[in-house]
Amino acid sequence: MSAINVPGGTLERRGVVADLLRERGDLMVVTGLGSPSYDVMAAGDHDLNYYLWAAMGSSMTVGLGLAMAQPDRPVLVVTGDGESLMGFGALATIALRRPRNLSIVILDNGHFGETGMQPSHAGQGIELTRVAEACGFPVVDLVTERQGVEPLRRRIHAKESLNLAVVKIEAVNLPRALPPRDGVYVKNRFRAALGFRPA
Amino acid sequence: MVSDTAEGPGQSWRRDVFDVLKAAGVKHIVYVPDAGHSTALRLAEADPEINAVVLTTEEEGIGYLAGAWLGGERGALLMQSSGVGNCINTLGLVACARFPFLTVVTMRGDWAEFNQWQNPMGQATEAALRLMGVMTWRADDPKDVAPLLRGAATMAFEGDGACAVLLGQRLIGEKEWVK
Repeated sequence: MSAINVPGGTLERRGVVADLLRERGDLMVVTGLGSPSYDVMAAGDHDLNYYLWAAMGSSMTVGLGLAMAQPDRPVLVVTGDGESLMGFGALATIALRRPRNLSIVILDNGHFGETGMQPSHAGQGIELTRVAEACGFPVVDLVTERQGVEPLRRRIHAKESLNLAVVKIEAVNLPRALPPRDGVYVKNRFRAALGFRPA
Repeated sequence: MVSDTAEGPGQSWRRDVFDVLKAAGVKHIVYVPDAGHSTALRLAEADPEINAVVLTTEEEGIGYLAGAWLGGERGALLMQSSGVGNCINTLGLVACARFPFLTVVTMRGDWAEFNQWQNPMGQATEAALRLMGVMTWRADDPKDVAPLLRGAATMAFEGDGACAVLLGQRLIGEKEWVK
């Protein structure tokens, strides 16, 4: 039996991410490795961005730890379907904690984009929204049209409930916008913006 | 089963693990449970100043603690030696960004192990941590637990170190399989 190939969607990822990061205020952003990092970088580098370049599967857990340590500020994780799949268990861990200030946005193109556009599980029938619902996420959203982005942006800043959105994007590789790769620099810059000093 | 009491001679180390972490300013104790950690986990879950976070797999703890540190707070990962194997690739995050990392590892496949399926990872645990740049200390004597963990916490949080304290099976005690 051949795999069912469901392409992600039609939304243009850079435009979606740029819209989500408009008027970001005190928003803190964690990005999964690969294209989500490039999308956030393309929208403008920021001291309160933490870009992952490895540790695949960790963007959601970094976001969870950050949201727990800074409960009064909004935290946004921007990741892809491939990275989310490697961190599947994190959805269960996060659902138990339910930090009100944490939003997870999964840019779902149904493919492993960075490695040559091989179809992912999400592109072959696994719906990440249903996984999040099964884990008990209180708010789960599926965004397939551009008009769904602004309500999502407002929800990120509302800090009213843990929430997860799957945004169905086009499966295309755009020119890379490379964030800084010096992890120590990005870490210290992030902490300094919150008023913490390096060791 | 291994005794889960903090009472009795030679058992106070079970409480020391929690007390040292608390005194070091740890606000997040993230864990995959192990019997050897049960006292510390019970105390952590009962403490309103501590976020006790159960994980599905140990590497989640590495990301979580990195995020907590970005947000200005300290934490520690409690796990069994088998969990160290699950952490290997994710420890790259600790190395590349020099995140403070403090873990307390209860050993299996280490001494008097009945279940030999624990031996491959148990025997590789310390070497695996060191391969990934984590400093290690071993406690087999109850009196060593508190000072070793205190020292590891200093090197983690004051010097951005990656630090693991291994609690040996001779310390924890033999697991009774047949009663």
